Amino acid sequence: MTTSEKYVTAAYLVLLCALLVYLLIIALKVGRLEEELADLTRSAREKLGG
Amino acid sequence: MWLLSEHSRGPSLRFGPPLLAAAATGLLVVGFGLAFYWAPEDADQGFSQKIFYLHVPIALTAYACFGWGAWKALRLLWTGERRYDLESYTAIHMGVIFGLLTLITGSIWAKVSWGVWWSWGERQLVLFLILFLFYSSYFMLRFSTEPGPRRERNSAVYALFGVVLIPVSFLAVRIAGTILHPTIFTHEGADLPGEMLAAFCVCLAGMLSLAGALYLVELSGKRIDASLRELKELLA
Repeated sequence: MTTSEKYVTAAYLVLLCALLVYLLIIALKVGRLEEELADLTRSAREKLGG
Repeated sequence: MWLLSEHSRGPSLRFGPPLLAAAATGLLVVGFGLAFYWAPEDADQGFSQKIFYLHVPIALTAYACFGWGAWKALRLLWTGERRYDLESYTAIHMGVIFGLLTLITGSIWAKVSWGVWWSWGERQLVLFLILFLFYSSYFMLRFSTEPGPRRERNSAVYALFGVVLIPVSFLAVRIAGTILHPTIFTHEGADLPGEMLAAFCVCLAGMLSLAGALYLVELSGKRIDASLRELKELLA
């Protein structure tokens, strides 16, 4: 692999890594939102006496 | 009463993200394929010029995101509809991510082409860095004030000020000249062979679709967040 090829590969890997990091952040966020929604559903049920 | 749910109003985001994500995947795969296997190698820079098909679309997408954020900020100030605040904030959020990617990929290209990671003598680089830092500061301003109409107005005004830097950043190098940074798009058109230009256009369309998909996913997440917070307050 030439020096140019190494740098070009690195540049394209930056985009791939950014997308993977973003996916991780979104996955964590969805998990948090799911937990919050479960808490809200529980407290709504308690209030309504269900 | 200041309602969080006013942020959540707006067009449905049910079909937009999957459609744009599919378009981005297809266009980027085809675009990068064309760039590597169809477009000719640059006579001057050789193989390292292939970074052009990644770096320039990312940079133009960052400009588009900042511009979109400013447009939404203008709509907020014009109409007073609070949903534009979240849309403007999300667009600037995306712009900063794409701006950071522009700086990283640009530095890699600079290292392989010029032998340095950064050149302070290049006006376009410095102006882009100023634009990036300006919009990075947007978050400090936004989160230093309490949520409400005042924060929304201040954020909108800041977002609008920043948009002035976009044409300055884009045109400065064309007006003032450059030492190292190449100028491909001039007032006479694109200084590129047809194959390179076609591959570039597909990559740009793919990158804009990717930004659009990420913007809608992020906006959807922020709207759900705001609705949940309001529900929590109502049930407390």
